[in-house]
Amino acid sequence: MTNVDITSVAKTYGQVPVLADITTHFAEGSFTSLLGPSGSGKTTLLRIVAGFITPDSGKVAIGGADVTETPVYARNIGMVFQSYALFPHMTVAQNVAFGLARRGIRGAEAKKLVDRALDMVRLPGFGDRRPKQLSGGQQQRVALARAVVIQPSVLLLDEPLSALDRRLRQEMQVELKRIQRETGLTTIFVTHDQEEALALSDNVAILDRGRIVQIGPPAEVYEQPKTRFAAEFLGDTNFFKGAVSNGALQLSDGTSLRTAAALPGNAKAMVAVRPEKMQIVGDGTEVEGASNRISARIDHVIYAGPALTYVLTAKDGTSLKIFAQNRTGTIHPEGSEVTLAWHPANTIPMEDAA
Amino acid sequence: MPADAIIRPAASPSGAAAGHRLPSWFATAALLMPTYGWLLIAVFLPLCTMLVFSFMNATPMGRAPIVFTLKHYKAFITQPYLVGIAWDSLVIGFWTTFLCAVLGFFAALALARATIGRARETLLILILLPFWTNGLVRVFSWTMVLREGGFLDTLWHALLPEAGSIGFLYTRPAIVLGLVHGYLPYMILTCYIALVTIDDAIIEAAQSLGARWWTILTRVLVPLALPGLTTGAILTFVPVIGSFMEPRILGGRVGVTMGTVIEDQFTQAFNWPLGAALSFTMLAVILAIFATFSGVLRRNAGGVA
Repeated sequence: MTNVDITSVAKTYGQVPVLADITTHFAEGSFTSLLGPSGSGKTTLLRIVAGFITPDSGKVAIGGADVTETPVYARNIGMVFQSYALFPHMTVAQNVAFGLARRGIRGAEAKKLVDRALDMVRLPGFGDRRPKQLSGGQQQRVALARAVVIQPSVLLLDEPLSALDRRLRQEMQVELKRIQRETGLTTIFVTHDQEEALALSDNVAILDRGRIVQIGPPAEVYEQPKTRFAAEFLGDTNFFKGAVSNGALQLSDGTSLRTAAALPGNAKAMVAVRPEKMQIVGDGTEVEGASNRISARIDHVIYAGPALTYVLTAKDGTSLKIFAQNRTGTIHPEGSEVTLAWHPANTIPMEDAA
Repeated sequence: MPADAIIRPAASPSGAAAGHRLPSWFATAALLMPTYGWLLIAVFLPLCTMLVFSFMNATPMGRAPIVFTLKHYKAFITQPYLVGIAWDSLVIGFWTTFLCAVLGFFAALALARATIGRARETLLILILLPFWTNGLVRVFSWTMVLREGGFLDTLWHALLPEAGSIGFLYTRPAIVLGLVHGYLPYMILTCYIALVTIDDAIIEAAQSLGARWWTILTRVLVPLALPGLTTGAILTFVPVIGSFMEPRILGGRVGVTMGTVIEDQFTQAFNWPLGAALSFTMLAVILAIFATFSGVLRRNAGGVA
């Protein structure tokens, strides 16, 4: 139960920089997701914390102690792998007891801890089975018990739920969160599943080409994305480009969009609006606070029962997407001209300008 | 049954086709025929012939009437020196298998874990290379190395000019050396196949739980490679017990093994029944050894497939 500090860590394979100057802090007891597309360096960062990869430069500290040069076996980490990585020739109990034996804990004491760990992952009485006799979800629970039973300084999860089917994955997300809370372990979780990252984490770090582009609580990262990449990678987003005049964004067709946060000083700027924040309003209808209005034409309607997705084209040619709850049962027909309205607070300026 | 699945879809849609439908055992039998037919002709028949020979009084050539007897199976009692030779053969077999297992396992480990792509292919070819040369040439080249004043001595004297010879041709270690050289590739390949299937994450998991290389080797790698080691041991031990070329060429006077004795019965003494009886006796001994070991291995390895 300790914090993890990464200071100026960089890693290059041949000519390809995989991680570029990463500095970040994982607070004690926190659950942080590293989220990014493949090749963004999220797994490399996790493996550097674990010790499987030595960074070219920079420092890794676990609980205040510099472990950059410490080999994996001496780091006291708990790791869970995508492929479960259970020892196939050992029983479930032997798997869980493996790390305890390396710490000199054997016999009755080890048995007590193993039983407790198996209770925690809700597999009591499974100790004598072989990994092959268990389902994927059960195997991953054993792997989790094996990683947690040694009371590691930090719990590292490398896409642990990716190999499971959708229903099992949702079930395991709940379990994972519960176990993390119960143990209070500082947890770093690598995933490419954004919903999983948002649902589980205290903090989400979005990685792009070897850099952390944004890190913060899920709601902050989702509601206030800083860059186009962060906005696009996490959820769907509509972008408007235009010129800054009088503190507002002037689109090419003359429409003016207001933002709650100050626009950058540049002449050109880009703002992001989440599709569910915009709503279709009747002409002349005022929606309180929704002072940003544009008109657009509906190209497609995707009907999914409780929710509707409209694909539209704005006057200035920007293609848009909006999500609407099917509250009244009325569906705006394709081809119709509508007005969209939303709050300036949901109009987020992007730091990387158009 | 797969054979069923192949035939049914074609046969069931129309009633008329039902008359042409072959019984399901036919497809199974047809698929197995080539393999089992070949085994029958190439392995089982010659073995049966030898078994019949082993009960004959003398080699069935010429006009002498064929008389059946059990006397050749008493050879180990009537000629007690054969027991000593059999023991020597087993000792050579154990040493060769043991050295092959140790060297082969680590070579396979290096091949499977430390190399990638082209380097791995090159190493594999280098390992298989001895297979492509004639066995006799391989064994004779060892005599050039091991004899007094041979290649080994030349190297030795270059370091220590005053020292005596360290050539050990015509000794039991020379026989074992030649046999290890000949049979090592089997062990490397069987261990390699077992080791290459081990997921990297399993090794990493062991490391993350605090295991050092020694623990990983003894608790993870060796147990998981056990099927390969066992197969390799069988592939080495059986032919080594029956080998006669290496003992004869590298062993000289000490190179009397069951292999050479049996070969002598067939080529020199022209006593095929005795040779056959000795072969079957050794086969029984080897099977007894495997039966003993397989029990031990099963208990230690648990449920490893």
